Amino acid sequence: MASSKLPWLNPAIAVGGLSPLLLLAMQGAQGQLGANGIEFALNQTGLFALAVLLGSLACTPVRLVTGWTWPARIRRTLGLLAFTYAATHFLTYAVLDQGLDVRAMAEDVFTRPFITVGFTALMLLVPLAVTSTNKWVRKLGFPTWQRLHRLAYVAAVLGVVHFVWRVKQDVTEPVLYGAVLALLLAVRVGEALRKRRALARPA
Amino acid sequence: MRDKLPPEPPGSEVTPEKLYVRRREFIKNAGLFAGTAAVVGGGLYLLGMKRTRPMDGFVPDAGAVAQPVVPAQGLFSTDEPRTPYEDITTYNNFYELGLDKNDPARRAHLLKTRPWTVVIDGEVHKPWTVDVDQLISAFPLEERVYRMRCVEAWSMVIPWLGLPLGKLLDRVQPTSFAKYVAFTTLEDPEQLPGQKSPVLDWPYVEGLRLDEAQHPLTLLATGLYGKQLPAQNGAPLRLVVPWKYGFKGIKSIVRITLTREQPPTTWNITNKREYGFYANVNPAVDHPRWSQASERRIGETSRRPTLPFNGYADAVAGLYSGMDLKRDF
Repeated sequence: MASSKLPWLNPAIAVGGLSPLLLLAMQGAQGQLGANGIEFALNQTGLFALAVLLGSLACTPVRLVTGWTWPARIRRTLGLLAFTYAATHFLTYAVLDQGLDVRAMAEDVFTRPFITVGFTALMLLVPLAVTSTNKWVRKLGFPTWQRLHRLAYVAAVLGVVHFVWRVKQDVTEPVLYGAVLALLLAVRVGEALRKRRALARPA
Repeated sequence: MRDKLPPEPPGSEVTPEKLYVRRREFIKNAGLFAGTAAVVGGGLYLLGMKRTRPMDGFVPDAGAVAQPVVPAQGLFSTDEPRTPYEDITTYNNFYELGLDKNDPARRAHLLKTRPWTVVIDGEVHKPWTVDVDQLISAFPLEERVYRMRCVEAWSMVIPWLGLPLGKLLDRVQPTSFAKYVAFTTLEDPEQLPGQKSPVLDWPYVEGLRLDEAQHPLTLLATGLYGKQLPAQNGAPLRLVVPWKYGFKGIKSIVRITLTREQPPTTWNITNKREYGFYANVNPAVDHPRWSQASERRIGETSRRPTLPFNGYADAVAGLYSGMDLKRDF
């Protein structure tokens, strides 16, 4: 590693992570997204949102398993990137797909579980994005902040459910994402149990 | 002499001392930055690759049509703008050739559509096993420009070539026991590799009530845009029922059987709650996961309201008088 501070790491994640979005926007502007470009953009932004969210949730398990410290440094960037993709996904739905038809969208959100679940996942990410700054960590106190940010797991579970329901028949891909998420959760649960036992022993 | 000296470089171009001193480290960091950004961006790009968009400028090479065509008018053709050939032939649901919309076009070459035999049997007085070209040449072909509404809430306007199914049924003479018509797609995983995966019960089957099958709007399509039907669109012979959702339009038909009982249909077997036997286009009956009230015409950005029976209500609503289409959807 170049230096202990890894100054290049977060800018690289941000630039690399946003480049597919930029490519998508450019291709969309040139009408190169195929016969149903809006559907394509929806699928891509949704997929990237879930993938990056899982990436952000992988940071702590990777740190626990490997002992590396750099995953902790990129967690916030990945989280904000996931929020960016989720918000773009929603805006694509609201503006391009539904033409800002508030009634149609309200009906979707309140009567169709597939949309309810996706919308809830996005809503859960909003407070996390807002409180992502150091200032907010201090303001809330780290334990409270940490508890709040466990909502990311709930959002990811809802994201996987949304993906499963989106697919008409072949659920292989959403199930793969679900399996990764389950693995990440399992590492955390294992760690929590280990900690609890370690605490219980001296007492 | 003073004005011969090179101009002083602006401050912005001067390498800061810190970087000048740690030039090696700077270059190394720049490399790591670029490498990491490429890995992250490339990784995401690869994850999204599964749903690649159709190949730019891809136009399948369909054969010519050998015989004169009668252009249909009025009820049998809309004058709405036609969806481009490229979109009709690269944006397809044909799970036998792949789950993604552009898979069928990419794998179309695997399906050999000639020679091709069609069996017409069951409750008929004159069963007929016939080569598809012989079948096609036995009837005058018509061009019919129909709206096509997919259950996924997109739509197209497609200039089909084909023969009214009713004329074929007249020829085989249904018995008085015939109540339904069942259709079967070719089953051959070598030509239709999607059949190697169990996402649906293979082969694909569909069915109509006899009066729906005999309706003059119901077409056996053999071509589109004046050319032979490309494989991804269901060559050599597919069903087109313009007032029903697209999945009723079974592709690559090898068997047409007249039956006494309502035949099983693929999407209905897979998910009864979401895909009914009738599958009439109906803005008032939503799919459980999305509204059917509006649709996006391929090539347009904003949605348009969906019409009852896809705009063919005047011609076909009578077929369903007395039925509750919310229950028999």
